[in-house]
Amino acid sequence: MPEALEATVKDGTPVAPDAQVKAADAAKAEKPRSLWSDAWHDLRRNPLFVVSAILIVFLLTMSAFPGLFTSADPRHADLAKHYLQKPNWGNLFAEDWFGYDVQGRSIYARVIYGARASIAVGVLVTLLVTVIGTVTGMLAGYFGGWIDTLLSRVTDIFFGIPFILGAMVVLTSFEQRHVWVVILALAFLGWTQIARVARGSVITIKQADYVMAAKALGASTSRILLRHILPNAIAPVIVVATIALGGYISAEATLSFLGIGLEAPTVSWGVDISSGQEQLRNAAYVLIIPSIMVSITVLAFIMLGDAVRNALDPKLR
Amino acid sequence: MGRYVARRLLQMIPVFIGSTLLVFLMMYALPGDPVRALAGEQAVDQAQIAQMKKDLGLDLPIWQQYWNYLTGLFQGDFGTQIATQRPVAEVIGDAFPITVRLALFAFAFTAIVGIAMGVLAGLKADTFRDRGLLVVTLLLISVPSFVLGFLAQYFFAHQLGWVEPNVSALAESHELILPAVVLGSLSLAYVARLTRTSVAENLRSDYMRTAVAKGLPRRRIVGVHLMRNSMIPVVTFLGTDIGTLMGGAVVTEGIFNVQGVGYAVFGALKSREGSTVVGIVTLIVVVYLVASLLVDLLYAVLDPRIRYA
Amino acid sequence: MTIIDKTADVPASRGSTDGGGPLLDVRDLHVEFKTRDGVVKAVNGVNYSVSAGETLAVLGESGSGKSVTAQAIMGILDMPPGRIPQGEILFRGQDMLTMGYEERRKIRGQKIAMIFQDALSSLNPVLSVGYQLGEMFRVHQGLSKKDAKAKAVELMDRVRIPAAKERVDDYPHQFSGGMRQRIMIAMALALEPDLIIADEPTTALDVTVQAQVMDLLAELQREYNMGLILITHDLGVVADVADKIAVMYAGRIVETAPVHELYKRPAHPYTRGLLDSIPRLDQKGQELYAIKGLPPNLLKIPSGCAFNPRCPKAQDVCRTDVPALLSVTERDGGELPGRRSACHFWKEQIHG
Repeated sequence: MPEALEATVKDGTPVAPDAQVKAADAAKAEKPRSLWSDAWHDLRRNPLFVVSAILIVFLLTMSAFPGLFTSADPRHADLAKHYLQKPNWGNLFAEDWFGYDVQGRSIYARVIYGARASIAVGVLVTLLVTVIGTVTGMLAGYFGGWIDTLLSRVTDIFFGIPFILGAMVVLTSFEQRHVWVVILALAFLGWTQIARVARGSVITIKQADYVMAAKALGASTSRILLRHILPNAIAPVIVVATIALGGYISAEATLSFLGIGLEAPTVSWGVDISSGQEQLRNAAYVLIIPSIMVSITVLAFIMLGDAVRNALDPKLR
Repeated sequence: MGRYVARRLLQMIPVFIGSTLLVFLMMYALPGDPVRALAGEQAVDQAQIAQMKKDLGLDLPIWQQYWNYLTGLFQGDFGTQIATQRPVAEVIGDAFPITVRLALFAFAFTAIVGIAMGVLAGLKADTFRDRGLLVVTLLLISVPSFVLGFLAQYFFAHQLGWVEPNVSALAESHELILPAVVLGSLSLAYVARLTRTSVAENLRSDYMRTAVAKGLPRRRIVGVHLMRNSMIPVVTFLGTDIGTLMGGAVVTEGIFNVQGVGYAVFGALKSREGSTVVGIVTLIVVVYLVASLLVDLLYAVLDPRIRYA
Repeated sequence: MTIIDKTADVPASRGSTDGGGPLLDVRDLHVEFKTRDGVVKAVNGVNYSVSAGETLAVLGESGSGKSVTAQAIMGILDMPPGRIPQGEILFRGQDMLTMGYEERRKIRGQKIAMIFQDALSSLNPVLSVGYQLGEMFRVHQGLSKKDAKAKAVELMDRVRIPAAKERVDDYPHQFSGGMRQRIMIAMALALEPDLIIADEPTTALDVTVQAQVMDLLAELQREYNMGLILITHDLGVVADVADKIAVMYAGRIVETAPVHELYKRPAHPYTRGLLDSIPRLDQKGQELYAIKGLPPNLLKIPSGCAFNPRCPKAQDVCRTDVPALLSVTERDGGELPGRRSACHFWKEQIHG
């Protein structure tokens, strides 16, 4: 027995790394594929996913081609069509379907055109924070030591500042607040959550055997980070990012409502909710209709995030 | 344990300095000028403006301004509002207790209702009740809190007439209930979902099976064995939530006209009163930092497997 | 030393009345689970019995239904998805399946206790072991916190945990695997139950510790004259402690026998296979035998004898007729007490 044991050890030493590399290659080749294809298999039959995906495609179309949905001009103000001229609920998809706002603009048209600003803010902020957060988190998690200490403290600093409050401080400094200003301000303050998630995920994965094997083989740091760590660490990041996307849309609307987000002439749901609050008593629908649009959009992305999380991590169900 | 607390407190110093600096830079380095804001639309003598800036120390390099602010802060001096000449400490002293009360009400609502909902759903995972809770939480998360605030105001104040639409300057406790519910509703959804997941997961654990096999009464199995374990992540979330609630109060206060911190920040932002804004944000950051330290310590109490060295 | 009544019929001789019948009598027990893919038939008509002071070893691969049977006895099956469509579990002559929740609960822990395989996950991680042990006395006997703790220390001494007094406030993760399993044993013993079910109590432990824990369990069982059901997949473990063995396959008992008889002359090809796959010193150099094929899919158990696809001696009849668990006799028809086999060809198997 001892001899046999020794033999395998002797035999095994030169063989082992090779075997590990094969295992690592196999893991690399198959693991992400099976994880993602499994997830996709689960997703397709999840009603939550199907509903949210349809909604999102619909909203994206709306923001890309608003002309498809209405021929009315969202900026055309006709004071004769005062908001007290009630909505014509039966007149589907027409200019006066949802009535007119205080300046006599078609609420229906504004709701359609307002999608673009909200979706743009949501998507672009999410893209930016995902890039910033993932890079920061990956560097901190992978290198550890003083890099981690430094980056983690910086993350803490940004994390401690309340999101909306911080955005208010940044945004009031700008005279002109068009979409890009809002996007950059939100991204500037919003990347910390993803950085923390990515860091945690990378710390777990860097101890995995296939990463050890790649290291032992002398793969370069950038190769390890990009080919081995990133694809395996990205799943939780995607989940958090999808759910956060809804949050950014909500944040944009909130800031616009406070009068510190987007402003006219940008057409946005938040701007319309803000201007609708004066009529809350007489014509609640002026405020409620864009609010419903914001809520549906946020709901769609949060449901998508939920569904993706369930698919990627069945344990959390 | 003592060493851990000391280390954490030390770690808080750079974070504290960093956040105040960040807010300070956002406030002062970006365009906007309190002296000009004071003058408003009127044409003012340039020399007069320069003199005022010099008096207020606003002509110094930004780093020096920050240093002066920070040293003042450590002596308990939050600065003075330029327009009103009121000490910032006084402004904060008026506004902070109202927001703290609002946030605590919201916190209590979040914790009690959220945990109750989560436990009820988690105990019967994948039933009608559970799905119902999922839908409710999804709605609460999707509807922005200011929309929720307006709806609440519209129904409870304008339609039903149960409450006044605006909270009085005194901000009495019963007036704060509705704003607190609105403020807490988002966190409520998260707490409910987290509790639900945690309860459902622990319910399947081996030690729950052991508890049944021991012949314990149901009440004890759920109340002691299940809850002690399931509450650990929930407590962690609730701790960090206090800071979030105080930050989020800005929006709720705007809707219900509560004269708390949000109201003060809003006014200060309009008139570019840097010291007020930085002071308030700093205090909220401190609340957040202290709360997360307490949570980590509580974590060790709740979960004996965690030991801080 | 171990004078145990080995004449008791295995399984369940319903008539044997000395001492009022067996402690526990499982009769024709069926358990199934509803899953997404269909109904999993985990237990399909199990009969066995245990008397006071007796040790029954239930042997089988994972998925043979041995643990599910134990959980059904304990009343800790997840229902749903689990379901007991048929069968009786008589404890001292009373069917536990028809009892109310409270009545059943009072038996658990007090009369029948269970030891689980993985003590680390089976003990509550956030409660001290003293609390978890003392809980038995507080709940079932209404002792005060202080008295319960004293009892907990006493119990820890019983299972020979060193420095029990100092360690009573420690948490499960602070103990070694062997010590944790001792705590599990102490918890099961706390109220001196009539019957202990040990579900693979040593599988998670190191080999050296395994023997210590098994010896301790056997010793305590003797001392308290308890019935013991020892569930295991390890034939090596049972030889020293068990009185009789029930071998399970695909939710059925395929063979029962007094322990030494079974080792000497198995009456079922599956048992033979299990015995042959134990590594033995005197067979150095030979290839170790392994039963070919995989355990059956419980969603679609093979027709006839469930073992037939893996059986080296399978005939046509094995694929069509389910063999009943019948008494096994000597070549001359002489009685072999306690021996039964569910094989069409038990004669060939036992008599070569």
